[in-house]
Formats: sequence, structure tokens, C-alpha cells
Amino acid sequence: MTPLIEVENIGKTYGSVIALSDVSTVVNAGEVTCVLGDNGAGKSTLIKVLAGVHQHDRGSFRVEGEEIRFSSPRDALDHGIATVYQDLAVVPLMSVWRNFFLGSEPTTKFGFLDRRKGREITRKALSDMGIDLRDVEQPVGTLSGGERQCVAIARAVHFGAKVLILDEPTAALGVKQAGVVLKYVAQARDRGLGVVLITHNPHHAYPVADRFLLLKRGRALGSYEKSEIGIGELTKQMAGGAELEALEHELRGVQA
Amino acid sequence: MTVTATAPPAADERLGKPRALDQLVKRPEIGAMLGALLVFLFFSVVTEQFLSVGGAATWLDDASMLGIMAVAVALLMIGGEFDLSAGVMTASTALVTALLATRLGLNVWLSLLVSLAFALAVGALNGWLVMRTGLPSFIVTLGSFLALQGLNLGVTRLVTGSVQVSGMRETAGYESAGFLFASTFQIGGTSFFVSIIWWVLFTVVASVVLLRTRFGNWIFAVGGAAQNARSVGVPVVRSKILLFMTTAFAAWLVGSINILRYASVQANQGIGEEFKYIIAAVIGGCLLTGGFGSAVGAAIGALIFGMARQGIVYAGWNSDWFQLFLGVMLLAAVLVNNVLRRRAERVRR
Repeated sequence: MTPLIEVENIGKTYGSVIALSDVSTVVNAGEVTCVLGDNGAGKSTLIKVLAGVHQHDRGSFRVEGEEIRFSSPRDALDHGIATVYQDLAVVPLMSVWRNFFLGSEPTTKFGFLDRRKGREITRKALSDMGIDLRDVEQPVGTLSGGERQCVAIARAVHFGAKVLILDEPTAALGVKQAGVVLKYVAQARDRGLGVVLITHNPHHAYPVADRFLLLKRGRALGSYEKSEIGIGELTKQMAGGAELEALEHELRGVQA
Repeated sequence: MTVTATAPPAADERLGKPRALDQLVKRPEIGAMLGALLVFLFFSVVTEQFLSVGGAATWLDDASMLGIMAVAVALLMIGGEFDLSAGVMTASTALVTALLATRLGLNVWLSLLVSLAFALAVGALNGWLVMRTGLPSFIVTLGSFLALQGLNLGVTRLVTGSVQVSGMRETAGYESAGFLFASTFQIGGTSFFVSIIWWVLFTVVASVVLLRTRFGNWIFAVGGAAQNARSVGVPVVRSKILLFMTTAFAAWLVGSINILRYASVQANQGIGEEFKYIIAAVIGGCLLTGGFGSAVGAAIGALIFGMARQGIVYAGWNSDWFQLFLGVMLLAAVLVNNVLRRRAERVRR
């Protein structure tokens, strides 16, 4: 089976700053590829290339086996790659169903909004994802942070995304809410989507991911299948292994 | 996509029967409705003429001119922008029409068309400048407000040697155009101005567009969170420029009604009106921050204006009291809106 997305030795420079170099990974249908890294590791640059915000300078980027270079986020969307940004998900004062259909509103044959259809499809699409909302007419702002992420995810799934890129979906959430969002990530994966999950929290990544790409200072620190690595090792690699031990030693010295 | 016919989903058991009161509180225009009712009852009791047919004709006419503008400004405010040039535009469009008809001898209909094109161009320029520069529309349209004010006075003085243009009655097409914009109709033996019909029509169209079309959905979105709207494919720039053009169109409509009714226009007309439009829109439930509001609410806000302004005259009070009333009304409206918004934006984590 051809992977949905395949990047090979991809690189991106901003002027003289090398933001990304020699990074390779794959995203398969029905699998979660997790991109891990500390701040400034190049996670954002990688997803911006995948999402069509920026173009890569080097390496190859294939979507379903076809070499590609997106001109805009819209272009990426048309190829079935949808991105859900952490803070760029919804319009808070608008109702759930109006948000769900924003930009792709259903209309009747007279050109008016088909509100009944909009409400019903929204309710159905959300409940298919296991999101059970009381009222799709309520403003999105009244939903919790996790629920809002889920509305955005359900929207991407409904509008035919094949690949879902999630930028730090759990960063601003409490433990319980993060769990809820991860459940929907798994849900999307089980429906056959390829998921790219960006996070700096290995404890969120490990339970749902099938593959890990660790980035550090714009380079791949390692790429592992889930069977190859345990969560302890993953955390240690991410935090920079030896550095963390040294820090621990130092802190112990302070306390004594 | 396969859609199988299923029974409509049963009502969610966690939803209690929505109380009528709760449903009403969600509407942005509910505060304005209550206010209008209070003002109406108050002046009906306090004065004699207010409740008469003739009285109603007067305050409805007063409300209609303001109302047309308030509704357009409300759409723009929901879209997240202001237009301070809206008041002066009502004079500019009237002046263009009057100068073309009286000085160049153009047919009134043709003059109206040219001034409409002028209005739409200014509206588009306002919108384009705001979107292009990314500056607050408050500043950009303050600039166009001052520029138009200067143009109105300067050009009028240059052409006529005074600060007013008159003599519309002798122009070709004045009768037929006047019928459309400035005639009266009879109800119960009393004359009502046709501007009232324009006001109602404009409000209905604006409300339908806002609530029942894709463009209406985009208006809320570009005002509520422009960046997010753009990321899901809403044409933000085009939507906002269209909103500025809508305000300019409304100013053309009001300007045309004015020039055809009074047959003359003062070059300094309309100054200061722009704030009244914004006030009426805010009383009608529009948030100053955008993304929330109602066209019907703005029309009701204008109605409160008209009723209070004429009611005070009927009551024989000094019109100074109107300003006090206005201030209190505005503050009350902003406070109510603020509570509503907080309720809508309340975030649970």
C-alpha cells in the first residue's frame, strides 16, 4: 500500500536559518505518526510544509505516491490534508453547526442556508465521532477546550480529509480533556485516516501513536516504530537523555 | 454519500424543555425590544399626540432615515468594522445627485445612478484601505469622514458660491424619482412617508441575508474571528469590502430620499450622524467587538431613537433631555450586551 504521505530527507531554510534538514517519515492510512520535540525543534516547520503554508527546499514530498509541492493551505486541503491548529479552530460566538459548516455551508435550491440539514448533519457527524452534544445551536465558546478541538476534528473528517494534522491538540488542556481529545484522535485513526500528531508530551503520544519521529534542532533525532521503543526511552530521548541526568544531579546538589 | 431515511433524532433527554424566557434571552435584539416597549408606553401615557396616527407617522419617519443607516452599520459592525464616514456620505451622495441634476442638467435618474456608483466606489475604497493596511477601520474611516466633509463643503462652495444646492424641483425626472423615494401614502387619512417602507424593506432583506445565507454566515465569522474564518476558506477581504459597500449603498439611499424630499441639500449635513447609527446598532444588540448582533435589533434601536426624539417634543420638554436619555440608554445597552457576550463566550476547561 502506498503511504498517504511520504517525506524523504526534507529540508527548509529561512534565509540563513536552517529550520529543518534531512527529515524523513511516513503517514499511513489508519495509523498515527507522532512528531515529538521540544520548542524550536522544527515541528512547526514540518507541519507547515505538510499543510501547504510553506514549501520545502530540499528532499522529496509525496502524497499517495505522487511528488507534490503545495501552493497554499487550500491546495493541501484539496488533496485531503486538513490541519487543525490549536488556537485556530473555531469562531467562539457562532453556533456549533454554523462553525461546522463555515466556508462550506449547505444551501437549498433557492440559495438560502439549509439550516435543518446543517443541524442534522452536524449532530450526526459529531455523534459518529462519539461526540455527544446537547445542542448544536449553542455558541462554540460555551464548549470546553477539548470539545472545541473535537468539533474541528469532526469537521475535517466530515469534509473528506484523508490526512489529519493536529498541532499540539492537548497543549492547553487538562488531563481529563486531553484524554478525551486523544480518544477522538484514535477514533479518526480507526476510521482509516492518517493522523499526524504534533506534541511535546510523550505521555500523550505513546498510547495512540504507531510511529514516532523525534526532532531536535531541525534534525531527526530518531524515527521509531512503536514496537522498537518504550515510553521511558522515548521520554529520555526527547528530554535529551544525558543532559537531563546532569540536571537532576545538579538539582539534588542544590537541595543538599 | 448514502443517506437512509431515519426518524428524526429523539430530543436529548438532558435538555429540559427550553423555557420561553431562556430562548428569548439568547436573541441579541431582546433588550432593544423591551426598551422600545417601555419608551412607547411611557410617551403614550405622558403625551396626547404620541399614540395618534399622525404622531406615529412622525416618529416612524424620524426612525426610518436613521434606521436604514443603523441596519447597514449593524451588518458592518457584526463584520467587525466601523464606518465613521457613513453620516457624511448621506450628504455627499445627495450633493452629487443635486449638482449633476441642477448644474449639468442631467436627468435625475441618471444623476442618481452616478451618485450610486460614487457611493459604492467610496465604500469599496474604505474597505480596500482597511483590509490592505490592516489599520483599524475607526482610523481609516475617520480619514475618509474628514476628507468627504472637506469635499462636500469645498466643491459645493466652488460650484454654487454657497454651502447649499437647491433647485431640484425644476429638473427632469424629479417627479418620477420623487415618487419612488419621497412620496407619501395614506393610512387612516394620514400621510406616511415612503421612507418607512424603504426602512422595513431594507431591514427585512438585511436580516434574511444575515441569518439565512452563506454570506450572512461569513459576516458573523469575519467579525468573530477573521483569521479562523480565513483558514476554513471564507473570503474575508471580499466579505468586508462588500459590507463597507453596503453601508455606502444605505447612505446613498438616505441621501436620495433627503434630496428628493426637500429638493435642496446643505453641504454640512450628516455630520455627527455616524455616531447615532452606531448607537442605534449597539442598542439593538451589536457588540463593539464584532461577531454578534442583529439587523432587526438595529432597526428597533432606531425606532427607540425616533420615538424618544419625537416624544420629547410632544411632551413639550427641552430637547436637551434627549441627550441624557440617549446616554443612559446607550450605557444600559452596552451593559446588557456585555453580560450576553460573556454568557456566550464563557469557556469551560
